Formats: sequence, C-alpha cells, structure tokens
Amino acid sequence: MSKPGKRILTFALPAIAGILFLAVWYGVRAMMSEDQKFLLPSPVEVLSAFGEHRSVLLHASLNTLEGALIGFSAAIVISLLLALVLSLSPLVRASLYPYLMLLQMTPVIVIAPIILQWARPGLPSVSIITFLICFFPLVVNTTQGLISTDRNLVDLFRLYGANKRQEICLLRLPAALPYFFTGLRIAATLGPIGAIMGDFTAGSSAGDGGGLGFQAIIFSSQLKMAALFATAMTGCLLGFVFVAGVVFLGWWTLHHWHDSYHRADS
Amino acid sequence: MPTMVDLNDVAKRYGDGPLVLDGVSFRAEKGDLISLIGPSGCGKTTLLRLIAGLSPLSAGSLAVEGRAPSIGSREIACVFQDPTLLPWLTIQKNVELPLRLRGVSTAEREIVAQRMLSLVRLSECAQRYPRQLSGGQRMRASIARALSLSPDILLLDEPFGALDEMTRAHLNEELLDIHRQEAWTGFFVTHSVAEAVFLSNRILIMRANPGRIIHEISVDLPYPRTEQTRESGAFLSLVGRVSSLLRAAEPLPA
Ligand SMILES: Nc1ncnc2c1ncn2[C@@H]1O[C@H](COP(=O)(O)OP(=O)(O)OP(=O)(O)O)[C@@H](O)[C@H]1O
Ligand SMILES: [Mg+2]
Repeated sequence: MSKPGKRILTFALPAIAGILFLAVWYGVRAMMSEDQKFLLPSPVEVLSAFGEHRSVLLHASLNTLEGALIGFSAAIVISLLLALVLSLSPLVRASLYPYLMLLQMTPVIVIAPIILQWARPGLPSVSIITFLICFFPLVVNTTQGLISTDRNLVDLFRLYGANKRQEICLLRLPAALPYFFTGLRIAATLGPIGAIMGDFTAGSSAGDGGGLGFQAIIFSSQLKMAALFATAMTGCLLGFVFVAGVVFLGWWTLHHWHDSYHRADS
Repeated sequence: MPTMVDLNDVAKRYGDGPLVLDGVSFRAEKGDLISLIGPSGCGKTTLLRLIAGLSPLSAGSLAVEGRAPSIGSREIACVFQDPTLLPWLTIQKNVELPLRLRGVSTAEREIVAQRMLSLVRLSECAQRYPRQLSGGQRMRASIARALSLSPDILLLDEPFGALDEMTRAHLNEELLDIHRQEAWTGFFVTHSVAEAVFLSNRILIMRANPGRIIHEISVDLPYPRTEQTRESGAFLSLVGRVSSLLRAAEPLPA
C-alpha cells in the first residue's frame, strides 16, 4: 500500500472503531425498555454529567492523584533500595523472594481492611495501598536489571580498578534503567487503579474529601448512573496521564542511547 | 630489553573442570607484539584473562613487570572481542572512563581522550553515542579507551574478528602505526593467519585440550609494514608456514 494511504488508514481506523462503538452503545440502548434505560446512560448524558459534576470530579481526581503519587514515589524509592540489596547475591534473593511473592499474591482488596485498622482512612491508607500495588513490579524489574549487567563490562570495570560505588553508580544503575522503566510503566498503570481501589475501600470524606473511588460510592448510592460513568472515565483519563508521564520520562532518559527508541533504519 | 610478561609452566582450570591451559611458558619483552593463534576453545581468551589478573592461575607462575598481576594496576589495558562501550555515554566519555575510574580530573581526561580519539581518527565522532557508529568505528573507540591509560601492556582479544577484510587491513595498519608511537607490549588474539603475520614480531601457535603453545614463530619482516608487505614473497611464505603448522594443530574431523 502507498505511504499516504497507510497514514490515512492509521487515523481512519481508530475513528471508524470509535463511531462503531458509539453506534453499538446507542443500539443497545434502543433495545432496552424505558425502565431499563437508566442502566446505560447515553453518551450525551455522560458528557453532561461531566459538566454538572466537574468541580467534584476534579477535586476527587486531585485527591486520588495525590495518593497515587505518594504511594508511587514511595514504591520507587523503597524498591530501588531493596533491589540494590537483592542484587548483592543469589543467596539474599533466594531468602527474600518467597516473601515478596507472598506479599504480591495476597489480594490487596483483602489487605485493605487491615491497612484501614493500622492507618487513618483517606490519604494515608490510599497511599499505602498504592505503594503495595506498585512495589512488586518495580522491585522485580529493577533487581533483574541490576543483575543483568553485561559480564564483559563488569570485567572492564574490574580491570580498571573500579571500586564498588563506581561499579554501582557508573555501571549497574545506568545499565538497569531500561528494566527499571519497564517496571515503572507497569507500576504506572497499577498506581491510579490502586489509589482508586484504595479509596473505594479505605476512602474518607474527612478533611478535604475523598478521591474518585469514594466519589463512585457516593454516586452509586444516589443511583446517578451517568455520573458513575463520568467518574469511570475520569479515572481512565487519570491513568492515561500517569502512564503518559512515565512513558515520556522513559523516553527522555533513554532515547539518546537505548536501541528500543530507534528503528533499525533510522 | 626488559621482560614485561613472564609465564612459567602455567596451568588453568575453571572450578573442577578439565585443564584449559597446561604447561604454558613464554616471555614477552618490551615492545613485542605477540599474536596468539589456535583453534577455538584452546584457551586464548583465558590466557589473556590470566595476564590481566581477571582470573587466577591454577598452577605455575606469572609475573607482569616482575610482579604478580594485580587488578586495577595502571600498566595493563584490554580490548575485548566486543567493543564493550557503555551505550549511555558518548564516545568521548567512554574513552575517558578508565581515567575517570582512577579519579583523574575532568580537564585532564578530556585532553587525553581527545588525543586518543585523534590517534584512532575518530575525533569527529567524539560527541556521538556508540549506536551511531559503525562496527569498525566502535572497535577503534574501544582501542582508544584502552590506550587512554598509556598502558605498558595492551591485550587485544580478536578485536577485528567481526569486520570485513578491507576495514580489517586498514585497522591493522593503524594499529601498527599506534604501536610505533606508543610502544606498548601487545598480545593479539586472532583467527587470521595473515593478520598475525602482518602485525606481530612473534606468533604463538596453540593447540587445544588442554591448551598449550606448540610452536613459536618469529616474524622477521621489517617495520613499518605496509600494503607492499602483504604482497612480498617473505610474507606469503610465512603465512603458508603458519597455516600448515596450524592445520597440524587442529586436525580436521574425519
Ligand atoms: N568462565 C568459564 N567457566 C568454565 N569454562 C570456561 C570459562 N571460560 C572458558 N571456559 C572453557 O575454557 C576453554 C577455553 O576457552 P577460551 O575462551 O579461553 O577459548 P578461546 O581460545 O578464546 O576460544 P575462541 O577462539 O572461540 O574465543 C573452553 O573449553 C571453554 O569452554
Ligand atoms: Mg576467545
């Protein structure tokens, strides 16, 4: 196919898919009886719910974002420190990995009530739950990166008499960056979900109010379906912003040198 | 001529595996450029790692400039089979790396790196990243990095193995040129007989299982060697002689 043709198609196909999606949405609504229709608000109703509740949604988004950022940042710092410890020796990894796995296997939804007993509801609990969700992919990927350093490069550093600090700062950490960003991208998709879920189970309207999860509970109790849909989409948007931020950060850090940002012919 | 490297009845095994090297003895004098040639797996890389101090001997003795090889000493530099450049650093910063690890000041190491890059004719590439260079250019950067420490001994492990004949011949001449200027003692591992004869004043032919030196050939062709050297009768007959000794060392499977 010709190049312009291909380019048009890459824009046209998602647009067509979007139109089809809306058509199905309206189609399903059309098949519903009048008293069922409230279950599936129309796109227009959702949009107007956005407008109507925009200050509430914005406020809730910012609260959620705050919890997500705190948990996410804490996960980055602590996972980095733990990954450095884990990268020391296979023995350390063998003794600690099973417990990390256990932590990862335990569903957060079950841990949440425990957290709620330990920490205050609202921001503290939400941050901790986000932290727990983001932590594992970060630790695992960063550790993998730290221990996957090219053996020849390690030899090179030894040959030229590098000390441990130089080996870590000038070799192992930069070499682990692509792995770290892989973990970070996973954590970034999980972070806002964790914050919203945390808010759903441990949110609080105390102080300056709850986040999106808490808002969802309120709208749900009021049977405001269109507003619930708008809340869901706000959450989706928040997640998108989060992931986009991390993807940009990865690009900014790695694009000078990492092959994944360059096609073979460029 | 002072003795730079002295191996006496050296043996090496990894863990409790078989002997990889056995009864290896030779001396390298200052300014020697010694080629190591032999079948794959005969222990050439291992021998270089022993000399560099990256790996301990199992038996025998080894002295580098009269002392046991110590890691991180200034006198030995190494060019590995792959360029092993750090992809996140520019070529300039890569060449500076050994000096940086030694705590040399930024200003001083920049000057040295620029001198080394012009020596391998890569000055225009100083600010590029390794991925933006060709294979031959990367190899030259790797050589510049090794030279930045002004080593007494330079170990080169098949540095040009992955390059085409033309580039290789060109880099051979450049390497001889640098050797003339910098006067290190060189060990050069190669699978190419012509390359070994062209570069070195001595060739050590090795055999595998366990790795041993079975012949030593001295190459009496005068330096500087040029394109004409490759066409001379003396060169061709030496290539023929080394090739047949090598064939005897490496019997083709029946
Ligand atoms: N780290 C190691 N652990 C165990 N055995 C090893 C190790 N490194 C090399 N060997 C073994 O030692 C022998 C010699 O290996 P070496 O790499 O020195 O060979 P070489 O002559 O450089 O071969 P090539 O020409 O293919 O590079 C081989 O049989 C190899 O399997
Ligand atoms: Mg080898």
